[in-house]
Formats: sequence, structure tokens, C-alpha cells
Amino acid sequence: MSEEFNDNKTVHAQSSETISGGGSGAAPDMDYVRPAEVPEQDLYHGHSFITKWIFCQDAKVIGVQYFLLATFTGIIGLILSWLMRLQLGFPGAAGFMTAEHYYQFVTMHGMIMVVYFLTALFLGGFGNYLIPLMVGARDMVFPYLNMVSFWMFFIAVLVLLSSFFVPGGPTGAGWTLYPPQTILEGTPGSGAGILLMCLSLILFVAGFTMGGLNYLITILQARTRGMTLMRMPLTVWGIFTATVLAMLAFPALLVGALMMSLDKVLGTSFFMPTILKAGEVLEYGGGSPILFQHLFWFFGHPEVYIVALPAFGIVSDLISVHSRKNIFGYRMMVWAIVGIGGLSFFVWAHHMYVSGMNPWFGFFFATTTLIIAVPTAMKVYNWILTLWKGNIRMNTVMLWCLGFIVTFVNGGITGIFLGNVSVDVPLSDTYFVIAHFHMVMGIAPLMVIMGAVYHWFPLVAGKFLDEKLGKWHFWLTFLGAYSIYFPMHYLGFIGVPRRYFEMYDSPYMTSAVGMNEFISTAAFIVGAAQFILIYNIIRTLKIGKPSGHNPWKACSLEWLTPTVPPEHGNWGDRLPVVHRWAYDYSVPGAKEDFIVQTTAPSEVANTDVEKT
Amino acid sequence: MSDPKIEGYVFKPGFSGMAQDTGSDQTMFKGVHWGKAMMWIFLLSDTFIFSCFLISYMKGRGSTLVEWPNPSEVFALDAFGVPVPLLLIAIMTFVLITSSGTMALAVKYGYEKNRKMCAWLILATAIGGLTFVGMQAFEWSKLIHEGVRPWENPFGAKQFGSFFFMITGFHGTHVSIGVIFLFIYAYKTFAGHYDEKKRGWFTTMKGDYVEIEILGLYWHFVDLVWVFIFAFFYLW
Repeated sequence: MSEEFNDNKTVHAQSSETISGGGSGAAPDMDYVRPAEVPEQDLYHGHSFITKWIFCQDAKVIGVQYFLLATFTGIIGLILSWLMRLQLGFPGAAGFMTAEHYYQFVTMHGMIMVVYFLTALFLGGFGNYLIPLMVGARDMVFPYLNMVSFWMFFIAVLVLLSSFFVPGGPTGAGWTLYPPQTILEGTPGSGAGILLMCLSLILFVAGFTMGGLNYLITILQARTRGMTLMRMPLTVWGIFTATVLAMLAFPALLVGALMMSLDKVLGTSFFMPTILKAGEVLEYGGGSPILFQHLFWFFGHPEVYIVALPAFGIVSDLISVHSRKNIFGYRMMVWAIVGIGGLSFFVWAHHMYVSGMNPWFGFFFATTTLIIAVPTAMKVYNWILTLWKGNIRMNTVMLWCLGFIVTFVNGGITGIFLGNVSVDVPLSDTYFVIAHFHMVMGIAPLMVIMGAVYHWFPLVAGKFLDEKLGKWHFWLTFLGAYSIYFPMHYLGFIGVPRRYFEMYDSPYMTSAVGMNEFISTAAFIVGAAQFILIYNIIRTLKIGKPSGHNPWKACSLEWLTPTVPPEHGNWGDRLPVVHRWAYDYSVPGAKEDFIVQTTAPSEVANTDVEKT
Repeated sequence: MSDPKIEGYVFKPGFSGMAQDTGSDQTMFKGVHWGKAMMWIFLLSDTFIFSCFLISYMKGRGSTLVEWPNPSEVFALDAFGVPVPLLLIAIMTFVLITSSGTMALAVKYGYEKNRKMCAWLILATAIGGLTFVGMQAFEWSKLIHEGVRPWENPFGAKQFGSFFFMITGFHGTHVSIGVIFLFIYAYKTFAGHYDEKKRGWFTTMKGDYVEIEILGLYWHFVDLVWVFIFAFFYLW
């Protein structure tokens, strides 16, 4: 690579003045790294089954717990989507399905997938497992709080799922929970359902806050010697920024959920205007439904990036490892992540173009929304330039990464349509919107999750997942997902509205019926294909071949633990010392095509490593 | 505050020092205890919660069609037969701000390892907080007595009652949690847990006087939030 893109950043590794500060000691030793500032962390080592695997304080076990529970909830979300597609493709095929059921399934599918599946999986699952390993810490800084965080999530999931079994069932107001209809009679689940939903969200936010504080402080204050912020893998940057967003965005959700519950239980009128129902004026009056929409989307839009930023980070690492090239424009990537995170707080009202806003307001939010496309596009270019002339391994992990790039670009482009007020107004509440956000924040992050599972499974379990099954899994998912969501764009253009239980005798019914059947069939196949992964995992755990240390020849710290899988405390007797960034792949002059982060400069003195 | 001593690290002043700390390895906030950094970030998140409450309140007050009650009449208290506007609130605010002062002194004596003085001051802070919560309970019961409810309000817009009980209730919960912890910490200080570096009940972390400063951060935050509630709810 460096023949083409040689610039003055590439230097012969001679100096150890790489860590800013502390240079004044003028250490003659080029491998010098400042001594540890923080004393060794005391860890509570579990002895019984309960303290080792259930109420465990080890971030890696907590990560796996988060992963499994989020996956379980995700499968429920998947089954709900099957039931919805069954009704849409073949109306009446599921005998028990009423319109109320349909709305409840739509609502629960949305909420589960966005909050309890993707957020919990990326931040709780990957965050817990990878952050301490990647920054070279023994564990999260507050292991006890971390454990409580998972069990709060567990209770939140229980509360959420319990709403299926209360009178009236779960709420059917749509995942956005817009008042006033959410808590008015006539909406399914307007009694106990919505209350349990609000309670569950409040518990989730409380639990997440505990976890989030852990992630942030571990990254800011517990890195190992030599690990500067700008040497961290992009995975950590993505999770870090997403956690910052979550800490600032979830409060709005918490407040919205609390006020909604009070409207329901105490009869306050925060969100409830004067309502005439069947000729009678209800007790409510004087509240503002738009206020809820603002609170919800102040959470809801950053939430998109809470899901997307960890995916951006992880995919950058996967692409870099599997194309044996350093990530193109590392610093640009970091600033793009931070920039997207910052901008995501100024775009929320683009979800409310049809709610009735001052046109200047819409103009402002359309502008900010389109500005976000700039750092996002930079990231896409950088992924492609990382692949450019790389030594690409066409394995399952790489397939998922490529699938992600394509899907994300696709969803991003439709986002530009929807970000413009005048284009959005005719398209809003049609299947075009469904297609857009499923592509951009459903399928694309899911592809990254799958790639990450295939990539890090050898670390977690010490065994390779089966490549052949993995490729079947990928192609079925990738082609299937396109079969589902590509036609939906067209359905949106012809005006098929979303959230309709049935099209009855409308013109949409006649023109879209074949397409709906096709989409539904594809959805069944894609859903079923996900079980290939579960089969693959179970099979691998039984008969998979051992992967050994650092099977992908990666540079980052998580692969350098003395034991695989890593034990509690991660690093054995001595913490690793970091001398370089996580992307020294195919360095000219080096013996191997990767130089791990702990390699001292003197060991690779005659190579063209990047100065980091 | 002087810079902490860190081997092999030379601090720089001002902005370049901030840049150097940010770009350095291991820690971004040099010499800052993990728990203290965590409390700052938690408080940032909590700020967003209270901001959402207060902005919602402004929106609700701005968009209601019924007239908003006059706070200096609603919150007046009869002293010797003369209605004094905001009398109780003034006392409450005074008590809370004073407790912030005792808390700050407790932190100081804690770092000086003056165990007894520190414990007494924490106890004084706890009692101040308890007084505040008691007076808030009195104010609530007075308003409830006059017919104000979360869902209705004889003096005007019904959102007045809704927002009042919700926001002061949420703040009061914060104060109450703080009071509980103040009592626990006062006990722990008296018992000398911080001098002996005794480990906490739930965690494996060693006890240290920095914990008092962390609780102090929370307590000052709760006071600060009250100042905003006071300004927006009682003075507007």
C-alpha cells in the first residue's frame, strides 16, 4: 500500500516519542512506556456455579449473558414479524389473527428489535466482552454495577414479555407510542399493556445507565500502558460514542415514559388534549401530543446511531483484519464517528415532518439531516479504500462485511430521499419508510453482528464456526433480505400505507397482492435461515475444530490473552503494554503481514510502520 | 487543586495541557478516581433528565389555554396573619444550600483525615436534607389540602398540579436517596471504614475518603437542580 499512498506520516520506527506527555523524561530507551498510573484492580473471583455463571461479575460472562438474552428476545421479535408477514401476504391464513393482534405484533416487533435486541446486543453484548479486552483492562471498572446492569435488563425483558399475558395484551400503539391514542380505549393494550411497556423501558434505561457508565469510565480511565485514545480499535470508538449518545438520549425516553404512565394512571394531561369521544368530552385537556413526539424522537434519532455506530466500528475492524490492510484514514474514521454522534442530536424532528411544524423548522432539520450524510459517506469511502488492493480473504466474515456496505449504502440513499421535506411528505407512512429503516438500521447492523459473531467466536469459544454453513447463512440472508425490502420501495412508491392490517378492496390490494406474497415467502425463508447460525454454534461447540491463539492474525489486544478463551482477569500476571495502533497489517519490511499492538518498536526497527 | 504526582508525566497548563492529557495513554482525567469520573458522567445524564422535565414544563405551561396560577399566591404562607409569598420555599432553599456548605466542609475534613469532624458534618448534611424533604412533604400536603391534584387544580390550569407534583417529586426522590446515602456514609465514617480502607458491602473496592467527595458531587448537583426548579417554577 505504501508505494501508492506514501506520505510523510510513514517513518522508520526509531523514536519512542509516540506517547504525548512524559517525553520530558528523555528516556533513551526507544521501547520506553510510562509506568502504570492506576494500581492493579482488585477482582472478585467467583467460586460457586452461581457466582461464576449467573450473578457473575466478569464482564466477559456478562457480555455473553447480554448476548444470549438479547438474541432470545430478538427471536421473539422475529416470530412476530413472521406472523405479520403471514397476515400481509396471505390475509386470513392465520385464523386467530385480528387487527388488534396485528397492531400489537407491529408494536412489540419494533420495540423489541430496536431497544431490547440491537441496543442490548451491541452495547451490552459486544461492549462488555470487547471493551476490557481491547483497551487492555482486567475487567470493567465497576464489576458489581455491571452485573446489576444485566439483571436490570433481565427484569426489563421479563416485564416487557409479561405484557403478552395481561388482560388486553401488549400495547398496540406502534413502537413510537404516540399519544393520545396510546392510552385511549380502543387501542389494543391501552390498559396494562402500555403501563408494562413504560415500566420496562424505564427499567431498561436504569440498567443501561449502570452499564454505560462502566463502558465510558473503562475506556477513559482504565486503559493499559501505552494505549492512547487514538490507538484504540474503531470498535471501541464506535461503542464509546454510542454509549455517550445513549447516556444523553435515554433521559428523554425515561421522561416521556414516566409522563405517559402518569397520564394513564393518575389522569394527568401532559400529552392529552381535549378529546371528544362518542359525543362526550373526556377528563383530559390542555396537554400537547407533539411534546411526546419531541421527547420520543430526541431519544429515537440518536437511538438509530446507538445501533449504527458500534456497527460502523466493528465492521471497520473486520474489514481491516480480513483484507490485511490498515484501515484507510483512521483518524478520519474516528472523527466521523464522533461527528455523526454529535449531529445525531440535531436531526430528530425529521421524523415529524407530517406532525405539523413550522416550515422553517422542517427546513432546519432537513439541512442537518443531509449534513449527516457527509461523515457517513466518508466512512463508506474509507471502507472501500481499505478493501482497495487489499489481500482480501473471502471468508464468511468478509462476506458479511461486504453485505453490510452494500445494504448500508442502499438504506443511506433512501434516507436522503426521506430527509427532504417535500419528498418525505408523499412517502411518509408508506412501505418506502419501512424499506428504508429496515435496510439502514435493521439489516445493515444485523450483517455486522453476524460478521462479528463469525469473527469473534474463536475468541469466545476457542473454536471456528463452520465456513460452509456460514456461507449458506450469509447468502440466504443477503439475497432474502433484498427480496424482502427491495420490492417494498416499490410498494411505497405506489402508495401502499404502512401499519394496515389488510388492504381490503383498495386498488393496493389488487396491484400489490403478488408482491406481498413474494415478500412474505422471502421473509419466512430469511427468518428460518437465521437458525442455521444457532445450529452452527451448537455444532461447533460440540465438534468444531480448535482455533488456537489469534487465528485471524489480528493486531488488536483481545487476541493476545495468555489463554483462549480469556480467563477472568484477562491478562494473567502482567498487563499488556501497547506500542502501536491496532492496524499494522502488511507493513513493508516486516517479517509477517501483521505486527501486534504489543510489539516493541525495537523489534521492528527496520520496517515502515505508521507513527501512532 | 494542584496536579497529582504521576511518575514520568509532566503536566502542561491550560488548553495544551488538556490536549496532552486527552492524547496520553491510560487515563484521560489524570489522577481522577474512577468513581468520581463516573459520578460526573452520571450527573451529566441526570442533567438531561431534569432538562427534559423542565423543558416539558415550559412547553406545557406555554401551550395550555387556561390561565396558569400565580405562584406567589399559591405558594404563600401565613406568617402572623400576613400572607408572605414564597416563605416556605425560601426557607427550604436556604436549608438545602446550607447543607451543601456542610457537605463541602465534610469533604475537606475527610481529606484531612479528620474522621470525627467529617462524620459530624455528613450527619449535619443528612439532617439538612431530611428537613428539606419534611418541608416539601408539608408543602405537598398543604396544596393537596387546598384541592390541588395531579389531575386538577382549583387555581387554574390543571397542568400546574401535574408538573408540580411530578418535578418536585422527582427532585424529592433524589434528595431522599441522597439522605439515605448520607446516613450510611456518616456511619461508615464514624466507624472508620475509610481510615481502614475497608471494602464496601457489595463491591471489592477499598474504602477511601474520595467516596465522600463523590457523594458530595451528587449532593451539590441536587442543590443545583433545586435552584433551577426554584427559578422556573416559583419565580416565573
